[in-house]
Amino acid sequence: MSEVLPPVIVGAGPAGIRAAERLVAAGLRPVVVDEAARWGGQIYRQPPDGGFTRPKTALYGFEAGKADAVHRAMAAIRDRIDYRPRTLVWNCEDGALDLLCDGASETLPFSHMILATGATDRVLPFPGWTLPGVFTLGGSQVALKFQGCAVGRRVAFLGTGPLLYLVAYQYLKAGVEVAGVFDTTPFAAQARATTGMLRDPATLAKGLLFVGWLRAHGVPIHNGIRPVRAEGTERVEALVWRDARGQERRTGCDAVAFGLGLRSETQLADLAGCRFRFDEADRAWLPERDGAGRSSVPGVYLAGDGSGISGADAAELAGERAALGLLEDLGRPVDGKRVKELDGRLARIAAFRRSLSAAFPFPADWADAIADDTMICRCEGVTAGAVREIARSGQAREMNRAKALTRAGMGRCQGRMCSATTAELLSRTLGTGPDGVGRLRAQPPIKPLPVSAGAERREVA
Amino acid sequence: MALLQRVAEQGRRVVRFTLDGRPVEALEGDTVMTAMLTNGERLRRTEFADSPRAGFCMMGACQDCWVRTEEGERLRACGTFIADGMRLLSGGEWTS
Amino acid sequence: MRERIECDAAIVGGGIVGGSAALFLRQAGLSVTLLERDWCGAKASGVNFGGVRRQGRPLEQLPLSQRAHAIWGRLPELLGTDAEYIRSGHLKLARSETDLESLIAYRERSQGFGLGLEIITGEEFRRRWPALGDRALGGSLCPEDGHANPRLVSPAFARAAAALGAVVREQTPVDRVEKDGDRFVLLSGDALEVRARFLLNTAGAWSRRVAEAFGEPVPLESLHPNMAVTEPLPRFLDVNIGVEGGGVYGRQVPRGNVVVGGGRGFALDADRARPQRDAVLTLMRDAAELFPQLRHAHVIRCWTGVEGYTPDRNPVIGPSRTTPGLFHAFGFSGAGFQIGPGVGQTLAELVTTGETPMPLEPFRIDRFPPTA
Repeated sequence: MSEVLPPVIVGAGPAGIRAAERLVAAGLRPVVVDEAARWGGQIYRQPPDGGFTRPKTALYGFEAGKADAVHRAMAAIRDRIDYRPRTLVWNCEDGALDLLCDGASETLPFSHMILATGATDRVLPFPGWTLPGVFTLGGSQVALKFQGCAVGRRVAFLGTGPLLYLVAYQYLKAGVEVAGVFDTTPFAAQARATTGMLRDPATLAKGLLFVGWLRAHGVPIHNGIRPVRAEGTERVEALVWRDARGQERRTGCDAVAFGLGLRSETQLADLAGCRFRFDEADRAWLPERDGAGRSSVPGVYLAGDGSGISGADAAELAGERAALGLLEDLGRPVDGKRVKELDGRLARIAAFRRSLSAAFPFPADWADAIADDTMICRCEGVTAGAVREIARSGQAREMNRAKALTRAGMGRCQGRMCSATTAELLSRTLGTGPDGVGRLRAQPPIKPLPVSAGAERREVA
Repeated sequence: MALLQRVAEQGRRVVRFTLDGRPVEALEGDTVMTAMLTNGERLRRTEFADSPRAGFCMMGACQDCWVRTEEGERLRACGTFIADGMRLLSGGEWTS
Repeated sequence: MRERIECDAAIVGGGIVGGSAALFLRQAGLSVTLLERDWCGAKASGVNFGGVRRQGRPLEQLPLSQRAHAIWGRLPELLGTDAEYIRSGHLKLARSETDLESLIAYRERSQGFGLGLEIITGEEFRRRWPALGDRALGGSLCPEDGHANPRLVSPAFARAAAALGAVVREQTPVDRVEKDGDRFVLLSGDALEVRARFLLNTAGAWSRRVAEAFGEPVPLESLHPNMAVTEPLPRFLDVNIGVEGGGVYGRQVPRGNVVVGGGRGFALDADRARPQRDAVLTLMRDAAELFPQLRHAHVIRCWTGVEGYTPDRNPVIGPSRTTPGLFHAFGFSGAGFQIGPGVGQTLAELVTTGETPMPLEPFRIDRFPPTA
């Protein structure tokens, strides 16, 4: 039975594509399910069909070569896989996935599956963060890359993480006015961390180039800041922030691009029954995986940022590595030399990744400064005060209970945008570590499912 | 005034749709989000506070960009492409 | 060091029955210890559909249900919160003449219990509920039934009990329970020993173990009602809706979300359950048929819970037949939410006075034939 089902890959970003490529090379015909219309994932996202003309060098900059290689790899195997674009996986239950495509639901059984579900921006709230004009850093990049649009005429870049400087740089290159880079990391911490980043001089050089370019074009870069609020009623008019010395300052802008690193999309791993552990570096609960990407559930493999943030290069390697693990578990011959090489390269990236975390630390004190009346859950309109109160009064000591009592994480996004905040607020109110309040259980459907899909059911042959 | 600003890829075919009953234009390959936010400042008003929203993550995670059509359909604006003749709404359906 | 607690009454299970019993016992001045293996009100009491409904219950439940109805009317006073309880009315739909006849028959039979049922059909039915489409011929309205937020109500009972001085211990499974002379002894690992004159077994789907410990095996099975909620929609529905013959039920909360239920989920293990895909999709199809307004809506979350069901779908309520001082209340078979506080009050009455005006004969624990 297990031999007749094709392996399933969820996600067609760098991890999913490299996994598929390796499975095809071994003579298998994987099913590749992806929510996007075109392959590439978020980082190597391709513009839509129809009239887009910018070359890859314009879209992906220094990464154009890698993006092109990944795109070509997928194009080369396109006829040898069962590719399902525009398809949402909304559930995983009892050895099968539930898919939604063109409004119809379909159940896809699997014996072996690689989850390459990617990541989105990690955020913490500040007053005004729901105003039109406040977008995530990743979203701001998508607007530019995928739509040829800037999120505003004069954009403030706020937060931490490699995307902060990269996207600011990309906006500047595209001719958009950058109101400033507002980095939550103190300058000294960043300078110290660069030593470790020497492990990957190319990445370090790129980072320095972005900073240099921004400075050369007169973009103010502020380190060690905290946001106070985004001002405006119908849209953003200014970012008010506190500088490293505690001085409150105001910068006029019509957009804020904002993010604090990335967070993994782990819902399917959870529904698949994978065991989770708390990861200190990501400050998040992640599905456990071994060096080959094997989860705690036989037949379920994890690759790429969906099970821990490691970046696109690592995702390509981890995707291929997971495919090799899967092949090995199927009893197929596997190139041991290649396995060794991948393991070595993944280990080097992991070491570099630790330096990167040090250079862009999560601003853990941010949560303490969130005023009680600040909305933390965009979907349900839950305030920070409601979560704190439920913790202080002893009614909730963990995430799911807090959700049940306050609705934080109960809305359309299922806690994707607020659970980092809820965890920080709960744990800091209760005096536990961030790992002390558990994690939200995933619930199907992992994204909104049209009611009409109930009558539009496609039977599997 | 528009929220999103076009800075490239402006040579695409024009797509005509209506936004709150007003005939407006977008470009082929625009998402509903781009189409609406290059013609306006918001996608919707929230159910509980009637405050304006214009999306957030642009990659299908935050679910903050669900908009309505005049026919009552609900579309995730960041993942749906604009098409000729769409009749989109950006107002609240809650307070009237 | 093992902590020892001496009290009048120990309660196993902090759902709506155990929580309300604790509250009423404290009001009567008894010392109470409530032990909950999870969080109070986190299991079936807290994740059920949220219907606060008397209509449709077997007649033998109606005295308790009426008693509960009075308690629901006093929620703010008792709990300090209304827990989103609304007396919206419960409308049971008839989709055929036969169904309508059975609704009329139920109204006749239940007269004298004070439900105030109204059969509404034809023109008037369409005029009052234009949103319900053409599928139903009419329905039976219980005007003072309604719905509430179970996530808020059920924990609030235990919390109110604690505020009155009950000892409430969450994350505290009872591993052993026995009687030592005139005292019940409950052990939770090596950490806690509770000694009490009275023991209430209100552990929902987990009640069987306590009953068995006192030689009262019950054929209780765990089932998992399947539920889903939509994104918020403009208000179109002001009543809690059921359908004669069952299948699907729904309500719209004031925030706009439509909660629907129908079908069964499946067990992950003894403690956890998940919605089941076929049940979810069938529920969505049936719900869209029942409420045309859901045509363009999205389901944003599905869930289920673990609920104890008896063969005759009536609960077990009342004194143990083997052990003086022990009282059971479980096996509500998917319909314990509304009646729960009335049962809790009745348990408190039994403990404090030794008797109750409530007819409990139909709910005797020894009514089931011995299992092979």
